[in-house]
Amino acid sequence: MEMLSPEAIVESFKTVLGNSLVDSRIYEREVAVKKNLFRAIWLHVQRQAFRRAVEHICELQEYPHLAIISSSDLGTEVELIYHFTIYYGHHLEELSLGLRVKLPKSDLKIPTITDLIPGAVFTERETQEMMGVEVVGIPDSRRLFLPEDFPQGVYPWRTDETGPKDMLRVLPGRQKKYGSR
Amino acid sequence: MAVDETKTRYTIPVGPIHPALKEPIRLDLSIDGEEIVDVDVVVGQVHRGIEWLGMNRNNPIQNIYLAERVCGICNICHPFAYVMAVEQAAGITPPERADYIRVIIAEMERIHSHLLWAGVAAHEIGFDSVFYLVWRVREEIMDLIEYVTGNRVTKAMFQIGGVRRDITEEQFPRIRQSLDYYKSIFDQLEKLFLDDRTIRMRTVNVGILKTEDALKLLAVGPTGRASGVPKDVRQDQPYGGYADLDIKAITPAMINETVVGDVYDRIIVRLLEVAQSIEIIEQCLEKMPPGPILAQPKTAVLLKTLTQAEGEGIGRAEAPRGEVVHYVRLEAGRETLSTWKIRAPTYTNLMSIPAILKGGQIADVPIAFASIDPCMSCTNRAIVVDSKTKNTSILSYRELHELSVEKTKRLEAEFDS
Repeated sequence: MEMLSPEAIVESFKTVLGNSLVDSRIYEREVAVKKNLFRAIWLHVQRQAFRRAVEHICELQEYPHLAIISSSDLGTEVELIYHFTIYYGHHLEELSLGLRVKLPKSDLKIPTITDLIPGAVFTERETQEMMGVEVVGIPDSRRLFLPEDFPQGVYPWRTDETGPKDMLRVLPGRQKKYGSR
Repeated sequence: MAVDETKTRYTIPVGPIHPALKEPIRLDLSIDGEEIVDVDVVVGQVHRGIEWLGMNRNNPIQNIYLAERVCGICNICHPFAYVMAVEQAAGITPPERADYIRVIIAEMERIHSHLLWAGVAAHEIGFDSVFYLVWRVREEIMDLIEYVTGNRVTKAMFQIGGVRRDITEEQFPRIRQSLDYYKSIFDQLEKLFLDDRTIRMRTVNVGILKTEDALKLLAVGPTGRASGVPKDVRQDQPYGGYADLDIKAITPAMINETVVGDVYDRIIVRLLEVAQSIEIIEQCLEKMPPGPILAQPKTAVLLKTLTQAEGEGIGRAEAPRGEVVHYVRLEAGRETLSTWKIRAPTYTNLMSIPAILKGGQIADVPIAFASIDPCMSCTNRAIVVDSKTKNTSILSYRELHELSVEKTKRLEAEFDS
């Protein structure tokens, strides 16, 4: 397997995705005494190019490791970041690759990637129940962490009216501290 | 769970209070006779909303305490990954000495965790004398942890931009004394776990996870490495003092020609990692650079920097069970984190459980499940439902454990005859 530099990887994404690649950033940081570099690539893609981007990651590395999907409520949008690592198994060569996609709250849908990476199913289920993002085509759409009697339409990670605000319990005399923005 | 009425197939829900482990999780096992044909994993029994607290209640420094309490055993690697993520987001560089101290503490944690696991695994197959022995041996590292950090369990060593306590020259001899102790008994441990007839009988070719499945199901840590995936964050990605050391991911291929991916291979990996950890601590003691241990000793100033910072970061650390990932996003002017996502190693390793248990026997469930060293919480009963008569009987922890012990005895008797 040929290992590309972070710059070459970003270039390859530009070639494959064209204008659908909204933004790209390479992060480097010197570590400890020998100043070896911790390297991470952050890519922001449009939703229609998301599947193609994941396919391209699978071309860069057979079996890329998907660590987790993180999600943030940005007000009118929900941002998902798929945290991949590629080039693992080689001394100090591994790269973190964060694939960012933003979804408008009016249309919270993202295609599944479990056909490419079967182990993505847990984190997709979690994103679905915690953030209210519909994962289209997910093979197992049950809840993961939330109990069955948790109310429908309440999403713990959201900061808008669908958040769990009404469910909070506070000690007597304390105020609710919630979404302190 | 679908039950095929034409064949005698039963569903056994194991847990949420689980037989093999100390933390709650539910496994729905579909069985045909003694053989397991399907497995469903149900989690969420101990979801405490720690990420939510970090995004709504606590400030980034208070979150270190939360991160430490994600898991009692991994209370170094979670804050380790967390502080690295925050340091990236806020542009703080920890001093070099702190990087080394972090590594020493993290490796002490790995030794104690692997020894703890070895004891539990021996208990699961009914080999209690080994369980007592290993846990007695483990006390040495617990004493050392207490000596260095002031506490046996929750070590509270981490701070954003460094560590909270130094390891001084005067402490080195005491640390070396403990390491020497482990080196002196390592051959015995190796002989015990790798050559013992009973352990081999119960672990060889049990709970196999193939290399391809491990890659597809994103197995991490010793679970993945025992299946031949040389993935180890300490080797792969520079972080902390590990970046200066030449670390090689341990796979069973180091002592066996073929990698099977069974429980026995997971024992090999963990055992060799104990030796590797001792080596790493020794190298760190030798190479530790002088200097401060904190980038910003004043907490109030640090907190102000963090409140004003804007950015995101990802922290990865190799926990005893595999890779821990923390993603953090800071927003300027916001007291709390704006996003915090934690990925513990068991999160992904659990997806391998169906592959590991399928085709195995009920009596192998405790050891096969324990072999990924899952990190959730404790014990006690399983319900057996007879799908035809709808009869429910409770299979207590003791009974399931006895099934496992009986199998060991049966195998030994067969071997002797």
